[in-house]
Amino acid sequence: MTVMRYREALNAALREELARDERVILMGEDIGVFGGAFKVTAGLLEEFGERRVRDTPISENTIVGMGVGAAMVGLRPVVELMTINFALLAFDQIVNHAAHIHYMFGGQARVPLVVRMPQGAGHQLGPTHSHCLEAFFMHVPGLLVATPSTPADAKGLLKAAIRDENPVIFIEHESLYGQRGEVPAAEDHIQGFGEAAVRREGADVTIVGISRMALTAERAAQTLADEHGVRAEVIDPRTLRPLDLDTILRSVANTNRCVVVEEGWPHGGVGANLGALIAEQAFDDLDAPVRRVTGADVPMPYSKPLEDIAYPHEPQIVHAALEVLGQVPAGGAAVGNRGAARGAGGIGGASGAGRTGGQR
Amino acid sequence: MSHPLPDPDTAREWLATMTLIRRFEERAGEMYARAKVGGFLHLSIGEEATIVGSARALRTSDYLISTYRSHGHALVRGTPPRNVMAELFGRVDGCSGGRGGSMHMFDLERRFMGGYGIVGGNLPIAAGIALASDYRGEDDVTLCVFGDGASNQGTFGETLNLAALWRLPVVFMVTNNQFGMGTALGRHSAVTDLQRKGESLGVPGVRCDGMDVLDTHAVVSEALRRVREERRPLLVEAVTYRFRGHSMADPEEYRTKEEVAQWRERDPIPAFGDLLEREGIVDAPEREQIDERSRAQVDEAVAFAEASPFPPPDSLYDDVYVLGEQVHGWYSVRTSPPQDGATAAQPPADGPGTASTGEIPQQITSALQAGEDA
Repeated sequence: MTVMRYREALNAALREELARDERVILMGEDIGVFGGAFKVTAGLLEEFGERRVRDTPISENTIVGMGVGAAMVGLRPVVELMTINFALLAFDQIVNHAAHIHYMFGGQARVPLVVRMPQGAGHQLGPTHSHCLEAFFMHVPGLLVATPSTPADAKGLLKAAIRDENPVIFIEHESLYGQRGEVPAAEDHIQGFGEAAVRREGADVTIVGISRMALTAERAAQTLADEHGVRAEVIDPRTLRPLDLDTILRSVANTNRCVVVEEGWPHGGVGANLGALIAEQAFDDLDAPVRRVTGADVPMPYSKPLEDIAYPHEPQIVHAALEVLGQVPAGGAAVGNRGAARGAGGIGGASGAGRTGGQR
Repeated sequence: MSHPLPDPDTAREWLATMTLIRRFEERAGEMYARAKVGGFLHLSIGEEATIVGSARALRTSDYLISTYRSHGHALVRGTPPRNVMAELFGRVDGCSGGRGGSMHMFDLERRFMGGYGIVGGNLPIAAGIALASDYRGEDDVTLCVFGDGASNQGTFGETLNLAALWRLPVVFMVTNNQFGMGTALGRHSAVTDLQRKGESLGVPGVRCDGMDVLDTHAVVSEALRRVREERRPLLVEAVTYRFRGHSMADPEEYRTKEEVAQWRERDPIPAFGDLLEREGIVDAPEREQIDERSRAQVDEAVAFAEASPFPPPDSLYDDVYVLGEQVHGWYSVRTSPPQDGATAAQPPADGPGTASTGEIPQQITSALQAGEDA
């Protein structure tokens, strides 16, 4: 094990795969001379040269589409998009092309393409640079979707993504790039898709955290243990497509209660889908409705106090867990709407639902 | 423009292939009217010289990538007519396994890299294919065909710029058939001299007479030669006309019968046949034979397509993913096989889906057709 930052783990994965496989090339805006908007690709241009590490113009749809074409004839391109919001410019190539080509041409062509992008609020980047849109991509058959939350997973999942034969949407988180963690030193550290991680064991309530929220959920679980005597089990699905529902259902069978935490919007979100899957497949295991803690149902605002309450924090997760345990009254309004922020105490509430963006 | 004729065998093959495309498209239209073919059907009748002249300028190892009007491109690359027709019929023997239909023909083996249903969607993919050729040090060129309407898409500007910047071996060929669906060129593009539309992006252009197979072949050949040697992309504008509507569902209210009739006088197939006859390469009986052979090929293709089975319902989930270490079966959700009562959209975790039983897809198809006819 070595300790490295999330961005360093990603960098190591790219470096190792570039060295291992001549078919791997990187393309993206400012990934070379500039070193990457978040420095994930720092040093790779110097090490591997312009032939393999390619600065591109600002043309997201075409960069991704070129990745599709190059992948179809045997390269393994890794495309970096500067934020997940910019990926919307490439939605045509991602959905109509990357995701569908293998199927619509009867299995003849493969698209072993990785499209990396960071998401997430917290840096006051406002409504076009801060969203969490994993639910968009999770919706699409033909794509694989990874949401690593730790340096070890960042490295292991990225290496797995590059080696996979399918198009992968690889969703990083802006607030995690500086996070440190232990990473297996072995060059062949691979984290397979479809294997959830149980970050913390507990028998009272299952908390599923997506992307950065897996870490926030872990902190909430510690608070639940320290202050409320509640043993929460924290699960990080690591990939949303495929989704390891087995691990979640096993946990729910044991705890009978579940909270899903995500930064994205509530309506049609990851938690909405997980809630439906759990209700369909484990209804009899539940002693309380599945609760969602989500981002607020608003475009991400710029102003700091508003941004702060527009995505979930630890106190809301604690509150939701206590709620499904019946230790606090189920309160607040519907998911992510205006009533939730107001009814739960509005701006600056210190605990519980007080800072809700979209609790319940 | 007069160009020297190719050798007699080549000339006859061009005439035969243009004729085959014509007869194939006519029959496809008939099959559509008889509800053997679903969805949209975009015919390339009138554009045969553009298709054959350009594709015959390619080496077999070069790549061709096309649009939703792609039956002719599959045929010219050598995909058997029976597999193209079977694709239109939605059968297992279709060149895309019945998954793509008219707009999504594909033949990897023959380096026909697909028809694409999104206008302008194929340009970035073409550049990516060319990037791979360039990266590997191979001198294959990608011929990227798209319509005049696609020249207004963002991908046109993005891709031409990138291809010029990275000196990628692509010949972009805009098939200017005068209309983006029902909108005339002058009503959809501020610049109607399409050969010039790449200039500001670093991609010089040339024009060819897309109704003349010799001119198209000569211009595209020269473009391919230059791109292969000079390592920079070129734009070719092929001026042509589709004699039929945009698709079969087109009443053609945006153009006059007179205009269509005028262009039909320049029909590229009789024009080339007459030329070959004048030059003594074919005689009238041989022209008749070529036509009969094309009709026979198309007859055989229809019979084959009719006999080919529909894909079985349990193939619904095949080829959503490439299976392997990470993806063991079709699934979005990794879970134990669903219990009784699981819905159709939840196939078992580690195998092809058993989406439904019986003849549901055909029933749905029939119901839709019934609705459409009503």
